[in-house]
Amino acid sequence: MIDFIVFAVLPYVALAIAIVGLIWRYRTDQFSFSSVSSQFLENRKLFWGSVPWHYGIILILLGHLFGVLFPSGVMAFNGVPVRLYVLEVTGLALGLLVLVGLVFLLLRRGTDERIRSVTTRMDLLLLLLLLLSIITGLGTAIFYRWGSGWYVQTATPYLRSLFTLSPAVGYMASMPLLVKIHAVNASVILAVFPFTRLVHMLSVPLAYLWRPYQIVLWGRRRIRQ
Amino acid sequence: MDVRAQIATTFHLDKCIGCHTCSLACNNLWTSRPGTEYMWWNNVETKPGTGYPTLWEDQDKYRGGWELKGNSLRPRLGGRVGMLTNLFYNPYLPAMDDYYEPWTYQYDHLFNAPQGPDQPTARPISKVTGQYLDLEAGPNWDDDLGGSPVYARNDVNLAKLTETEQQALFSIEQKVFFYLPRICNHCLNPGCVGVCPSGAIYKRAEDGVVLVSQEKCRGWRFCVSGCPYKKPYYNWNTGKSEKCILCYPRMETGQAPACFHSCVGRIRYIGVLLYDADRIEEITKVPEAELVAAQRSLILDPADPEVIAAAKKNGIDDEWLEAARKSPTYKFVKEWEVALPLHSEFRTLPMLFYIPPLLPVVATTENGNYNVADSEFFGSIETSRIPIQYMASLFSAGNEEIIKKALRILWAVRSSQQASRVGLIDEDVAAAQLAEAGITAEIAEEISRLTALPRVADRYVLPPYHREMAIEELTGDTQQHKYEVGFGSTQSPRRGP
Repeated sequence: MIDFIVFAVLPYVALAIAIVGLIWRYRTDQFSFSSVSSQFLENRKLFWGSVPWHYGIILILLGHLFGVLFPSGVMAFNGVPVRLYVLEVTGLALGLLVLVGLVFLLLRRGTDERIRSVTTRMDLLLLLLLLLSIITGLGTAIFYRWGSGWYVQTATPYLRSLFTLSPAVGYMASMPLLVKIHAVNASVILAVFPFTRLVHMLSVPLAYLWRPYQIVLWGRRRIRQ
Repeated sequence: MDVRAQIATTFHLDKCIGCHTCSLACNNLWTSRPGTEYMWWNNVETKPGTGYPTLWEDQDKYRGGWELKGNSLRPRLGGRVGMLTNLFYNPYLPAMDDYYEPWTYQYDHLFNAPQGPDQPTARPISKVTGQYLDLEAGPNWDDDLGGSPVYARNDVNLAKLTETEQQALFSIEQKVFFYLPRICNHCLNPGCVGVCPSGAIYKRAEDGVVLVSQEKCRGWRFCVSGCPYKKPYYNWNTGKSEKCILCYPRMETGQAPACFHSCVGRIRYIGVLLYDADRIEEITKVPEAELVAAQRSLILDPADPEVIAAAKKNGIDDEWLEAARKSPTYKFVKEWEVALPLHSEFRTLPMLFYIPPLLPVVATTENGNYNVADSEFFGSIETSRIPIQYMASLFSAGNEEIIKKALRILWAVRSSQQASRVGLIDEDVAAAQLAEAGITAEIAEEISRLTALPRVADRYVLPPYHREMAIEELTGDTQQHKYEVGFGSTQSPRRGP
């Protein structure tokens, strides 16, 4: 029963909250969409936190996505042991990179007087949720060997079943506790997403790559004769 | 020809007394909110000096403005992809310590301190953290050459001077400085717009004011480093960038911007310039030494029938054209060629022009004595205490001929006025100087009048904006906002969760 709630109901509830919350926030309060960067207040420690964190987490999330999209590809890749080791070591290294980054960010937030004065309770909650995610993820990688192998055989079908609206709870029910916490925590992060600074993820300025440098706006309609 | 109008400004540096009234007027109006206390959209610097934020002119440090790569112009911050890889940490961002940490004083302690052997004092408290603060920097920390071994000595414009010249400049008898008031230049090729990843910054086509959309800004902060003048500022409280808005709400109701309105020395002039937007790109790519002349050539003659016709085609109405013909900026910049853009080598085509200072008039000679005896009392440009190379580095992208020409005109104006009104200088000498400067006595008289005796209506020539018509055109309904003051966003600027 509890498995059904956290693996079949919670993900949908979280997604619904995320979508409704985002639309609500975007429509009522666009002003609040910002990275709320604190680099201006503290410039040195941030480098050691922000850079490893962002690059690491982007690659790790892409890895998770890749496993869901191309499970057979990942299995074929892992067919050769050396390639499996390289993938696993890379994943672990990225996980450690992200952990180091996040610890730096947490320490900076806790110790720097200027940063403390702009820290909200939501910032702390978010950092702790992310920390939990990384610790459970790293724990899984260390204690349950060859995650890239069994991920595509268990998590991938489970996640795919979520998208086809027929959640196969069985895959997750048999998982070790660490993995379960990891999965539930992911749902929680999804649910709080619209109410945190994480919304800056949706503002990735890719349009900058092709827009003209200069922007000129006519407030009044252009009157041509 | 794509004619557009720009509200452009001229600052007469010889008239600036460095009182900072402009800065305070601006601060009282716009930047006294939490997160903006450290911002000075208008600030007044002492030159030589490192300015605010410290060393803002050093583009090796902050990478502001544009650079020519082959035949293409790109931000000094780098290519588009390269820039986005710095999204998570901008290595060229000035941080709070490059400005200063704003503070107030613990005034209530003066009233509430328990009785004791000492007088209570009001200690400084940070406006960021609320903690006690040891003051190490503040606004205009180097005012009037204060701390000059640290500040004035490191002015990047001194780089072209020889060591001996620098020594001479800082010897106690030769010490010299002038003030440089700065606001946003509202450039034609703004660096901040060019590097904004969100596309939140834009130039208003009607009057050329450069603004940050607070709704679209996502706080990536590239505008702060991309502007070579460091005039966009990051609001650390709301997580959005803000900048000088040229007091457009005031201009739209016919008032000069607050810094202009409050200027005690009456150094500020504001008026319309017409320019050809089709040629902007070409102008930004000319060699450094030709930049000032090229930028001048971009400005169109508002009395030329062809220009008038093209302007009307672009929706510039008769009242704006009339204002353009009366514009003091047009006279100083284009007709008389005495007002020059600041650091045009940044290639942003700034639309704020400076009339360089002649002061101090009297140059010292040997042993620090003033030569007051002979006819050379007013010295000459070549012996001026502020070296020409230094002025050229500031106002003409290193081209000494341009700055000399402007100074010669100003010198001739002064001499001819001295000759006709005071008689300290021979009429012949003055006439020779006028000839050398290439201006007539009539023009000299005009320059003198607009410099020394202008009325408010001569200094601020603002056309009517007709915002009431804009509301009709945008909403199609004349009744909709009839009883409201303005329209648009009424949301309070709260920081996101």
